[in-house]
Amino acid sequence: MNFVYLSIVVLIALGLYAVLTKKNLIKIVIGISIIESAVNLFLVVLGYVEGGVAPIYTLAPSEKMVLPTPQALTLTSIVIGVAVTALMLALAVNYFNKYGSLDVRSRRLMK
Amino acid sequence: MKSKIVQTVANIVIPFIVVFGVYLVIHGHLTPGGGFQGGAVIASGFALLLISFGIPATKRKLVETKLSALEAFGLILFITFAFLGLGNSFFYNFLANSGLIFGDPVPHGINLGNLNTAGTLPLMSIAVGLEVLAGLSIILLVFSRGERE
Amino acid sequence: MMFPHTSVLIIAIPLLTAFITPVVGKVIRPLRNVIIFLSLLLTFGLVISLAWDVYSFGHVVYTFGAENPGITLPSGYSLPIRVIFNIDGMSVFMALMIAIVSLVAFVYSIDFLKKERQDKMDKYYTLLLLMCVGMYGMVFTGDLFNLFVFFEILSIASSALVAFRTSGEASEAGFKYIVISSIAALFILFAIGIFYSQYNALNIAAIAANLNFGVLDKLALSLLLVGLAMKAGTIPMHMWVPDAYGESPAPITLMLLIATQASLYALFRISFSLFGLHANLALLGWILIIFGLLSMFVGVTLAIPQKDIKRLMAYHSISQTGYMLLGVGVGLAVLNDPTAFSNYGFKAMEGGIFHMINYILYKGLLFLTAGAIFYRLKTKNLDEMGGLAHRMPFTTLFFIIGALAIAGIPPFNGFASKLLIYESVYAFNPFLSVIAMLVSVLTLASFVKVFQSAFMGPDINKSVKEVPIWMLVGMGILTLLIVLFSLFPGLVVDTIIKPAVIALAERQAYISAVLGGVL
Repeated sequence: MNFVYLSIVVLIALGLYAVLTKKNLIKIVIGISIIESAVNLFLVVLGYVEGGVAPIYTLAPSEKMVLPTPQALTLTSIVIGVAVTALMLALAVNYFNKYGSLDVRSRRLMK
Repeated sequence: MKSKIVQTVANIVIPFIVVFGVYLVIHGHLTPGGGFQGGAVIASGFALLLISFGIPATKRKLVETKLSALEAFGLILFITFAFLGLGNSFFYNFLANSGLIFGDPVPHGINLGNLNTAGTLPLMSIAVGLEVLAGLSIILLVFSRGERE
Repeated sequence: MMFPHTSVLIIAIPLLTAFITPVVGKVIRPLRNVIIFLSLLLTFGLVISLAWDVYSFGHVVYTFGAENPGITLPSGYSLPIRVIFNIDGMSVFMALMIAIVSLVAFVYSIDFLKKERQDKMDKYYTLLLLMCVGMYGMVFTGDLFNLFVFFEILSIASSALVAFRTSGEASEAGFKYIVISSIAALFILFAIGIFYSQYNALNIAAIAANLNFGVLDKLALSLLLVGLAMKAGTIPMHMWVPDAYGESPAPITLMLLIATQASLYALFRISFSLFGLHANLALLGWILIIFGLLSMFVGVTLAIPQKDIKRLMAYHSISQTGYMLLGVGVGLAVLNDPTAFSNYGFKAMEGGIFHMINYILYKGLLFLTAGAIFYRLKTKNLDEMGGLAHRMPFTTLFFIIGALAIAGIPPFNGFASKLLIYESVYAFNPFLSVIAMLVSVLTLASFVKVFQSAFMGPDINKSVKEVPIWMLVGMGILTLLIVLFSLFPGLVVDTIIKPAVIALAERQAYISAVLGGVL
């Protein structure tokens, strides 16, 4: 299991690197999307039970199931992520229409 | 570019996508799925419509004001179902195990799955599904306004 | 016998109004403002009724989706399984602030944004009501994941409102705000995942009862601190504050003030109720104190050379947040030491929390006056203003009251809360108190500069008049509350602040309200 947690940390580091250093607005949005995917993966992996199947009672092959609560948390997080990505892209489109380029350096200090 | 092959295949595939999305919405309490997932699948069917037939033809079918009204209807339906349980508490499932619509008792353990169970959950899934498909379609239509043709 | 559904109606009524506003706005346009005003007024009445219940009966709990909303543990369970609202003195204190601020912001926006297209205003009012729902949810909930969901509702709605004037700078400010909010929320979600994996529960009281302060809990605590401090605008994560406060319309800046206070509330809630019984409180208190000191000092130093009036006030609001962190941090550091706590720790927390409501009142008033100047002069640059005292008498009077209150001049309410903080922090560590007083002097200096360049001087803008009536009513409500708080500070502290401090300090009572009985 340690391989999964290590890859989650690597993904978060990559996402933070993209948000902090890249100068194109769309790349910053992609960085946030990477961090969000890593945290969703972390939540789903938490519920793993050795030898369990999907937690659905309809035509289930066995009684031993993985924990279902983290899957509900992940679903909520994915929905929130869709809304946030849509809002960020709309603001980026507006920025492009007013300034003519997607470069962050066109205006004042930006992180 | 609008190619004949893509349009012909889209003509065949899009009804299947919509039906699959409706299946996901209604069976949310038995199999993986639910309001958001089904609504997103139907909205992706509309995205296929948008890229294969072009924007003016799609805007004749998907009118923004009607989609906005559908979204508001879905939201109000959802919050009404939450208020209706207020006799006991907010979001109380007053239809489960009661014999009215969607009111069969829930079987325990591994079973074949009865669509008629779980009370207000399928109704709320339908409300959320309407709302999500309208919302995501409006986002697609607004983003497509900036296309250079 | 109290009406059991008060707490959930406070969330449900603005939510219902937010959903029907677009429909009403398209069908019957003039009725929309009336419906929104009535629902905000009804919510205010419900908040007062809930405050009465909490001050008479103690904690109020509400279980969602159960047969009886007052029962948290159904028969046979030892962990709560549904989403539970756990409302104590600190929650109703924040709810009172949110109720007052949302009414004032709505009243002010009727005239401030009169010239916008009305279908754009439909969306504005919907998002404003959604911000209220998000804030009420954050302060009432007793469940960590519910806190995260309402936190995200609040940040999405407020980021869309920051970019309301779709100019380039406003879009950039909104983009920066949503990026930082999103990163903070993802850190919080990571910490929630760590808690769930260890204790198999998401309820704050259930986790606090079983907490053992191991390595993973320390990691979760640091992630939560970083995420919530990012959202509250403390140094060193303050980059979004001047842009977001400066580019948003004035009533939205007022709502953003209380949104950052809600993040500060969440920080206090996890420090006191979640980690309060088992963590190393001296270390945690000192971390809050260091954050507070840095914010106070760096905020006011960066404010002095500013030329834009709203950016200057935004840097000041960073430094005022530092005062609150300092007061509550001192209280937290001595919480486990009974003699020190009753000597000066209790007073420090009273000062910090009293400062929260004072800050909302006078900072909100100052931002609204800056908005009034922008409404008439169409500029935010201090170099282009002058001589407004001749033309806008009411606005000048409101600005004077606000500036005197923020600088801590007696007899205004800023002096009362700052005096509580100075006295108690001096007993804890004299060096901190000296820095606090120095920051207060620098605050006074920069506001004298603003007053001089904006209101005094030659009358160069001869065509401006006073602002319209609803903007004056909005500013007048805040001024009336400042004057009331200045005349009766003891009454305010005894009625509203003391129950809030007691609710935070009584960590076991928070757990017992949900899990029942003494553990």
